[in-house]
Amino acid sequence: MANSQNNWARYDLWDERHLSLDRFAVEDPENGFCASASPYDPKPSLVIEHGRIIEMDGVPSSAFDMIDEFIARHYFDLTIAEAAMAIDSREFARMLVDVAMPRERLVKLSAGMTPAKLAEVLGHLSTLELAFANSKLRCRRQPSNQAHVTNAKDDPVQMAADAATAALYGFDEIETTVRVARNGRTNAIACAVGAAVVRDGVLIQCSLEEAEELRIALAGFTSYTETLSVYGTEASFIDGDDTPWSKAFLTAVYAARGLKARCTSGSSAELLMGFHEGKSMLYLEARCVCLQRAMGVQGTQNGGIDGAPLTSSVPRGGWELLAENVLAALLDLECASGNDTRHSESEIRVGAKIMPYLMSGTDFICSGFGSIAKYDNSFNASLFNAEELEDFLALQREFQVEGGLQHVPEDQLMAARARAIDAISAVLETLTPSRLTETQKKSVLYAHGSDETASFMPGEVAGINAALIEKNISFVEVVQALAARGFTTEATRLLSMARQRVTGDYLQTAAIIRDGRVISAVNDPNRYRGPGTGYVMTDERRQAINRMRREVSKRDVLAGEGVTGQQDSRHWRIESKGEAAPGDDPREVVIGISPGFGVRLHKTTGGVPLYKVLAALLEGVRERGGHPRVVRVRHTADTSFLGLTAARLAGSGVGIGIQGKGTTVIHRHDQAPHMNLELFSQAPLIGEADYRAIGGNAAQYALGKSPSPTPVTISYRGQALGARFHVQTALLYAIETSMIEAGQNPEVLEVEFYDGR
Amino acid sequence: MTDDEKPDNLDAIYPVGEKQPDRVRTRNGRPLSDLTLDNLLAGHIAASDFGITAEGLRLQAAIAERAGRPNLAQNLRRGAELVEIPDNVLLDVYELLRPGRAQSADDLHAAANQLRDTYAAKETASLLEEAALVYERRGIFQRRF
Repeated sequence: MANSQNNWARYDLWDERHLSLDRFAVEDPENGFCASASPYDPKPSLVIEHGRIIEMDGVPSSAFDMIDEFIARHYFDLTIAEAAMAIDSREFARMLVDVAMPRERLVKLSAGMTPAKLAEVLGHLSTLELAFANSKLRCRRQPSNQAHVTNAKDDPVQMAADAATAALYGFDEIETTVRVARNGRTNAIACAVGAAVVRDGVLIQCSLEEAEELRIALAGFTSYTETLSVYGTEASFIDGDDTPWSKAFLTAVYAARGLKARCTSGSSAELLMGFHEGKSMLYLEARCVCLQRAMGVQGTQNGGIDGAPLTSSVPRGGWELLAENVLAALLDLECASGNDTRHSESEIRVGAKIMPYLMSGTDFICSGFGSIAKYDNSFNASLFNAEELEDFLALQREFQVEGGLQHVPEDQLMAARARAIDAISAVLETLTPSRLTETQKKSVLYAHGSDETASFMPGEVAGINAALIEKNISFVEVVQALAARGFTTEATRLLSMARQRVTGDYLQTAAIIRDGRVISAVNDPNRYRGPGTGYVMTDERRQAINRMRREVSKRDVLAGEGVTGQQDSRHWRIESKGEAAPGDDPREVVIGISPGFGVRLHKTTGGVPLYKVLAALLEGVRERGGHPRVVRVRHTADTSFLGLTAARLAGSGVGIGIQGKGTTVIHRHDQAPHMNLELFSQAPLIGEADYRAIGGNAAQYALGKSPSPTPVTISYRGQALGARFHVQTALLYAIETSMIEAGQNPEVLEVEFYDGR
Repeated sequence: MTDDEKPDNLDAIYPVGEKQPDRVRTRNGRPLSDLTLDNLLAGHIAASDFGITAEGLRLQAAIAERAGRPNLAQNLRRGAELVEIPDNVLLDVYELLRPGRAQSADDLHAAANQLRDTYAAKETASLLEEAALVYERRGIFQRRF
């Protein structure tokens, strides 16, 4: 830090943290850096004359831009518009968080409110209130989640394995995209086949240029799209090479082809494109979502999306992103609530950002959870990625919130990955000249990401796609290939997804498919009205959410202890020699061991065998001129009382108390129970040498010296010891307390070590 | 719209594939129950059996309307009009609607007439005519490249 510009050393430390890579924009409404309520935002207004809107948000109809015009023509329910606009904005904000107020009424009233009015309403809610409103307003009762499945090589074999993995973890939608534009077919086929290995109903999207995306959908490999981008200013819209009418038309085209569609919008897009008009992010997004409802699309992917890092840089940015999603829910749009682009380098900010969404639930918590390695994500790293998936599971478990995912046992994962690899290989071998060796397949099976795979390289993938395009391969040929090679279940599931398109049930708002059944806002509407209503986890689901790797139970701990005990009986022997009397040797240090020490407990939480611990304490006392005596304390397992009991038996008045898990104290007979001489509570960090030093210090106290407590330098550097050891500690201590014999006096022990100590 | 408050009606019909599969036929006129793996492998059904139909979309539009979603219903009705229109025609119309592609309102009116006259796509044709009006006022016909 020699070159540091800082005076305070702590700034140097902060400069090394990931947060220091984030930048924070100064609020500047004129230049578009304003989350909400910009001085340039219009005041809400709506003037209707003879059934026509002649003014909206301060703009006369003659000056409407394309967005105003489309909203004015298609958004409003004019039968309630005047009444809705007349409701005080703060009053309506209160209605949003009133559990007794039915969602249907709020949704209906929102169809009479202008973008400026809606932005003003949301401005009255705090972050907590937004989250609560969201739990009430989201469309579908059952929350869900969407995964990104891509890789840096566009390798279909890895993609199939990763799609199966994503389906197992619980994602209902998989979104893929390509590194090389021509690879769309293999990506889509691989995701569809991989997901079909696990279950029937995962919706697949391949994000591409519109015409190519439509072609792949028509071939039957994908079932939804979310690339219908809309913007909050006219200039951005034109810059995005569309108009509200071209996007409305395209939305109808997707319906005509039986594809689920949602729009994309999000704050800061206009700012990044340079056409923000000085308007606040929330106001511009309110225009976007009003436009989307007006177009008749069933849902939206909003909440910053690609612009989330920029929105997050301004004051109130996180609040604004959540407000956008609540707005979408209020407007009755399925909401895939952002949380895709990683908004910060700080893991603390990442974990904090997801919490309101997990607490409220949304239709899709992430509009792209990176289920693959960060570097394999062709969209960019997500807020959460494969690397952090277990962190997400821990949050679900800890707060009992539904994020749509669950732990998967490794044997299930490997089986599904292996089958996905075989299934996609069978399809590609049947339909193209490609071949893979068993070694190449194995490399994918065990891989975290494409750095470790030896399967298809980008050039080969391009060749495979050329062959698929030339033969005009549709899902029919893929189903045939699967069936011919014995993958009947997968063939049936792909067929079942294609059949869904004929009925179009998944075109209704917020549809997902679970085990072949469509679940949407029509047959699973969110009717949250307070505790015990809306989405309530079943016991089965609760248990699934509770599963984690590294779970520790009493049986695990005891099994571990038993093994150690058997091994250690070869090393030592302890035998009771009757009730312990007070000693009179002024050099005597009594070591009081706990009821379970060496009986049912055999090593410390630091992993040191207890025979070595006791040997080290004895050696330490002797080295410093003390005379040790070991007693078994039976009436308590508490460190302080173990120590005090030992001290009161010692001729010197100094004793050591030690628990089976390794927590140790040096005590003196005339001290209050919790006023010890030295306490070593961080048992996981105490090694054999430390116990020896503890023994030595106790001897020095006994001889009237004042040893420095520091010889025992336990290297605590701020580790979260509670998180690492308290499960085990609590279980071990419960064993000790169960062995307490109230009122029984300590016993003298004879200790013998078999290895020459 | 008074039916909106009676979710029972929707329960009886939605999801259609589950509650009333007989109401839907494939584009080749087959019942849903024909869409089996055996039939596919035997060549009795083809990829073209797996598209949505105009009737299917109109039924979903009615469901959306009844569920209180008039805009979604409107979009599904537009979709129903477009089912039989070839992909390339649809992509051409989409292209024409993008900024700067049409050189004047006439181009959009011609496309609207084609949709209405050749394919009876009335609601979509009105959408194009509306676009022509607004594009004119906002100068969207300006060439971009």
